[in-house]
Amino acid sequence: MNEKAIRRSRWITTVFLIIIIGITYLSAAITEFNFFDSIATLPKALGWIFENLWITPETWERLPIILEKLNETIFMSIAATTLAAIISLFLGLMGSKTTKVNNVFSVIARLIASFSRNIPVVAWSLILLISFGQNSLTGFLALFVGTLGFLTRAFIESIDEASQSAVEALQATGATYAQIVNKAVIPQSLPQMLSWILFMIETNIRSATLVGILTGTGIGYTFDLYYKSLNYNAVTLVTFTIVITVIIIELISNRIRKVIL
Amino acid sequence: MEAIRGGAEPKQSYIKRTRTGRINIKAGNKVELVTKWTIAMLSVLTVMAFFFFNYTGLQLERAITETAYNLKTMFLEPSLSHFSWGEAFHQIGITVGLGVLATVIGAIIALLLAFLAAENLSKPWISKAVRVVVAFIRAVPTVLWVLIFAIAAGLGSEAAVLGMLFHSIAYLVKAFSESFEEVDSGILEAMRATGSNWWHVVTHGVLPSTFTYLLSWTFLRFEINFGVAVAMGAAAGAGGIGFELFMASGFYFDLREVGFITYAILVIAIILEIVSTRLKNRYFPAAVRN
Repeated sequence: MNEKAIRRSRWITTVFLIIIIGITYLSAAITEFNFFDSIATLPKALGWIFENLWITPETWERLPIILEKLNETIFMSIAATTLAAIISLFLGLMGSKTTKVNNVFSVIARLIASFSRNIPVVAWSLILLISFGQNSLTGFLALFVGTLGFLTRAFIESIDEASQSAVEALQATGATYAQIVNKAVIPQSLPQMLSWILFMIETNIRSATLVGILTGTGIGYTFDLYYKSLNYNAVTLVTFTIVITVIIIELISNRIRKVIL
Repeated sequence: MEAIRGGAEPKQSYIKRTRTGRINIKAGNKVELVTKWTIAMLSVLTVMAFFFFNYTGLQLERAITETAYNLKTMFLEPSLSHFSWGEAFHQIGITVGLGVLATVIGAIIALLLAFLAAENLSKPWISKAVRVVVAFIRAVPTVLWVLIFAIAAGLGSEAAVLGMLFHSIAYLVKAFSESFEEVDSGILEAMRATGSNWWHVVTHGVLPSTFTYLLSWTFLRFEINFGVAVAMGAAAGAGGIGFELFMASGFYFDLREVGFITYAILVIAIILEIVSTRLKNRYFPAAVRN
């Protein structure tokens, strides 16, 4: 690198930093966020957390109710992910460059994916809540729609990454579309896809909490209930059960991923 | 030698046979087995899930027709009734602003922590400790962090940003430290051989070669944080477009306004996605995933 290039890259870095600082300052102004205030509140907040968020013996009695709700949440996330994965597989096959049937379907598949992914899960839960009311199906559908968009995009990428030569070789032998997909595309991209599905289950358990708060289902609702009745010990217990579940599921899926990838 | 073997029948253990005695032509592939089992388990759990659901007050037929009608009203006749366009822009600005703050501050703190968490730049016990803490923070959903901070620090942008910050830091520390660990150990060794200290190694060896990765990860996190900021507004009352969405659907039952807000969110999310795809294609780190 000569001196000129170094000077140029320094200049770019400086401009970049100034832009970032400018945007951050602007955001702070719009949101009325005070950086120093928040630093000042941090020790107080942490102190409050350590003082109040403990599990007391009485709260253990609530464990069965909490576990039942947690169970509902876990099943909700798994069912939403698996069913979304099945539909995403078709949308992914339509959307991928390698396996698309025609351009119209490809565009439609990508559009569905983009639409359902970019409308946040919050909006979906609120929209569905209006007509489905407070039951598990609302939460399930909200998770389902978001997962569908995400997995379709991930599947399109996995299928695109799979080698083209196997597809070409099968095409040369006169294989039908179904045979090509079954024998060349799916076997190559299945581990990738499975890894995405596992990742999505982890994510969905976390978002299920949020969806639960909004739609009044599962563990999120339990959390909200205790939170609003100022029962912070129970809040802690609920939080810990969620944390443990998420960590266990992460460990299991990491194991599976290590074998298949 | 013959005596030791004891004339036992020679076993051709290297050929695997099925129970019927045929030669097994399927490789005893662990990958295939695990894949099959995972799929089977997921299917079983999915079927079971529908028996565990709580269907109180659900009239499926009515709900589906109603949803179809609602979706039509929302997406085909969006309009504003409870606030003006200017107000809408302001609220969107707040949401984006929350996302920016959580991402920028989070990235700076995460960068420092990631040096401690990366195995090739830090001591093993420090790296382990940071990882465990970060894994715990990540396991708690962001809403819960915000809600917990909201009681502790009072509701407002401070609580929202602090809550979102926790998660952003935890996510980025993991992503950053993994990028650092992928740095060619030869570079580090060469630099250490010249007598450069830790700081030199970081600024001249690690950062330049991972900068684009860090940038893509940070931008991805910004995309996520925008969605989180919407959620925080709705679930924790942290303000912004999410709160308006919550009010429109939960309080006024104004579907046209819900439609308008959804479109606004959609437009911004798509803009962010286009920018992020551009960034990705330009800096080509294939390892960066959503």
